Amino acid sequence: MVNRFLKKLYSFLIYLFLYAPILILIIFSFNNSKSRGSWGGFTLKWYGALFKDSQIMSALYYTITVAVTSSIIATLIGTAAAIGIYSMNRKQKNIVMNLTYIPVLNADIVTGISLMILFIFIKLPLGFMTLLIAHITFNIPYVILSVLPKLKQLDNNLYEAALDLGATPWYALWKVIIPEIMPGIITGALLAFTLSIDDFVISFFTTGSGVSNLSIIIYSMARRGIKPKINALSTLMFITVLSLLFIINSRTNKNSQRKEDVI
Amino acid sequence: MKNKLIAYPYIVWMILFIVIPILLVLSYSVTYKSDTGLAFTLQHYKRFFDPLYINVLIHSMNLALISTLICLVLGYPMAMIIAKAPVRHRNMMVLFFVIPMWMNFLLRTYSWMSLLERSGLINKLLKLLQLPTLNIMYTNVAVVLGMVYNFLPFMVLPIYSVLVKIDKSLIEAAQDLGANESEVFLKITLPLSLPGVISGFIMVFMPAITTFVISRLLGGGQFTLIGNLIEQQFLSAGDWNFGSAISILMLILILLSSLVMSKYGKDKEGVGLW
Amino acid sequence: MTLNIIELKNVCKYFGEHKALIDMNFYVRRNEFVTLLGPSGCGKTTTLRLIGGFEHPTSGEILFEDTNIADLPPYKRKVNTVFQKYALFPHMDVYDNIAFGLKVKKMNKSLIDKKVKEMLSLVNLKGFEKRSIDSLSGGQQQRIAIARALINEPDVLLLDEPLGALDLKLRKGMQIELKRIQQRLGITFIFVTHDQEEALTMSDKIIVMKDGRLQQIGTPEDIYNEPENAFVADFIGESTIVDGIMHEDFLVEFAGCKFRCVDKGFGKKENVDVVIRPEDIKVVGSDEGMLVGMVQSVIFKGVHYEMIVKSGNHLFKIHSTKMAPVGKQVGLIIEPNDIHIMKKERVKDEE
Repeated sequence: MVNRFLKKLYSFLIYLFLYAPILILIIFSFNNSKSRGSWGGFTLKWYGALFKDSQIMSALYYTITVAVTSSIIATLIGTAAAIGIYSMNRKQKNIVMNLTYIPVLNADIVTGISLMILFIFIKLPLGFMTLLIAHITFNIPYVILSVLPKLKQLDNNLYEAALDLGATPWYALWKVIIPEIMPGIITGALLAFTLSIDDFVISFFTTGSGVSNLSIIIYSMARRGIKPKINALSTLMFITVLSLLFIINSRTNKNSQRKEDVI
Repeated sequence: MKNKLIAYPYIVWMILFIVIPILLVLSYSVTYKSDTGLAFTLQHYKRFFDPLYINVLIHSMNLALISTLICLVLGYPMAMIIAKAPVRHRNMMVLFFVIPMWMNFLLRTYSWMSLLERSGLINKLLKLLQLPTLNIMYTNVAVVLGMVYNFLPFMVLPIYSVLVKIDKSLIEAAQDLGANESEVFLKITLPLSLPGVISGFIMVFMPAITTFVISRLLGGGQFTLIGNLIEQQFLSAGDWNFGSAISILMLILILLSSLVMSKYGKDKEGVGLW
Repeated sequence: MTLNIIELKNVCKYFGEHKALIDMNFYVRRNEFVTLLGPSGCGKTTTLRLIGGFEHPTSGEILFEDTNIADLPPYKRKVNTVFQKYALFPHMDVYDNIAFGLKVKKMNKSLIDKKVKEMLSLVNLKGFEKRSIDSLSGGQQQRIAIARALINEPDVLLLDEPLGALDLKLRKGMQIELKRIQQRLGITFIFVTHDQEEALTMSDKIIVMKDGRLQQIGTPEDIYNEPENAFVADFIGESTIVDGIMHEDFLVEFAGCKFRCVDKGFGKKENVDVVIRPEDIKVVGSDEGMLVGMVQSVIFKGVHYEMIVKSGNHLFKIHSTKMAPVGKQVGLIIEPNDIHIMKKERVKDEE
């Protein structure tokens, strides 16, 4: 009994540690006073002001555009790559997987400056294009790492069965393999999207004047004090993402329950 | 399946944007501009071994190590609690470790500032309780706290994913052979969870040692870490050659430690986080 | 001291709504080889886990030499288990696996060395001390698991389908080996299996279970020759079960014909199940049989032919070394001794 209570208390404290700053952020987005130290009463004015701030709106635009575009492209290239890697022999697979792990394991700052050097070297002006390329680059490996385990779980005979029944390799891939690995593809895409939205370090080095995402704006504001408008925006984004997550989660739960019922 | 060809766009992409950039960094790190053009040198590497910079490295390693150990001490019991929770609670508990990542990490770190400041919430609470106030903003303590805060999930999740896979019958077998709860933990659970601990350790230690944001925000810039040093070389000092040399050293450090990780962790494909 | 080393008294085990065990009562004598037999989900593994201490009964008593141990944790019981998939510790070598129990007891090193050696020679794996678990075959892992349990000199060894993962040939070998070890060490074995042949070969006593309930306890011969109900008859060996009516003691009617039998004590005109083993039906010429039927199918099984003969609306399965071709009219003879009469199960389950 005591044991159980201790466990609960411990979990509670750890989760409190994780969520306290987030709660503070959300609470202060409703703070009438501009200073982060004191509470000046409840207000929604930051939520209104938010949409009139062209700097924040432009950063939001770039953040979302880059996140959506880069995660779509990374998912396409990454899924194809995962299927390709799966059909390679051991030696080839090892080489490609080691390549895949480099950006995952490497320090963001090293990835960031190496890309910056490349872009400057080939005289590609730093801006939207370079930002997008950088995001695609660090996203693809995560898609591959999400899709590969699903491919491994596949019954090897599945693809052969499709061919045996007269499907062409492309048809079999499209109608049999892709649907089977869909959960992995979706996980990969979501992961890529999240990483892209949250990235600061690599974006910081690979973007140029005029193109800033939210992280960069927040970083540049941090020393002077972050405007409550940013709190408001983050709260909105956080809640959006959270509710999306719960919708997806409850749907998959329902699906798995349905499966259990059948069994 | 013989569709190897469809991996080629990826391979080309990775050569263009991962391999070539690293080679460029490498070439910057071993050259200097002489009158006759570029010339080979190791002076940038030598320069790093100046006590001034070595101290930066030691300082970064110290902070990163302390943070990693704190993450381990806090995270291991948490991972165990989750792994032992009923199945239907488990996913939720894991999810709650991932959700904070959906809030911009700069903002979350910044939010600690409002908690830690001299007139911040924690001190207000302490004053209310008539306790002495803390003054940790812009100190090493704040940096460590920021690191632990940001990287704790990277410790908990890999350990959890190993713990949850441990065959329950192994635990029962040990009990059956006479081991009590603490003996089961020391002789079975702990050794079997070591791969998770190692991958957690590396996944926390690596980003901790190279971060420049946490130290910049919470450390107030007076405590330069390796990450800040690299950033300075590229953005303010303009010494790309030296900056590249440090980056290459970091890369080597990271590759070495991932080698250690792949040796201990049997399934190489799942680094264990996702 | 009592002869019973383990005794279950009115043991029930519920997992939430699910009733895994209902009112289990049985005893195990010292040095007996007892088998819990039943289809998957019948509660046999749960019974074993209750004795091992991994689960605790919802109600009832588990006696070990007349002391209730129902709430004792596994590490305080003089019982050891060989797990279904062996549960060998993957991070230890063979030596450390076998020595585990003794190390926990803090026995001195040289004694442990000696005992591990003895155990390895008992299971025919001398010199395997330093081998890693991954490098062993299924059969070898199985032996190590047995050695690891036996080194603790348990009074009772529990074996949870230990042969399930082995191929047929290895399985037969291990059956003999297990029996040899049991007889040599004089330890009580409680063995769980769903394989009736395995149970018949190895056991002194078989406990047949179904849906969490006890069906029959007896020696292999009892269980095979005198099954108590249609389920046991069907599960142990093959048989034909037909509906019959008991006219009076020693007289039963089925398939439109009256037969002499050896059973008595049924009500007048009581509906019963009649069970006949396929090897107990003799095939004769169509004019010599008590029943007449037509051969529906013939399959060659190696030692004998398996024939299905249709007589009236009933199908009889027959094992015979002589073959009658499909379509032929044959006569069937059944001795009174070979007709087993069983009470109908009063409450049919929902299925």
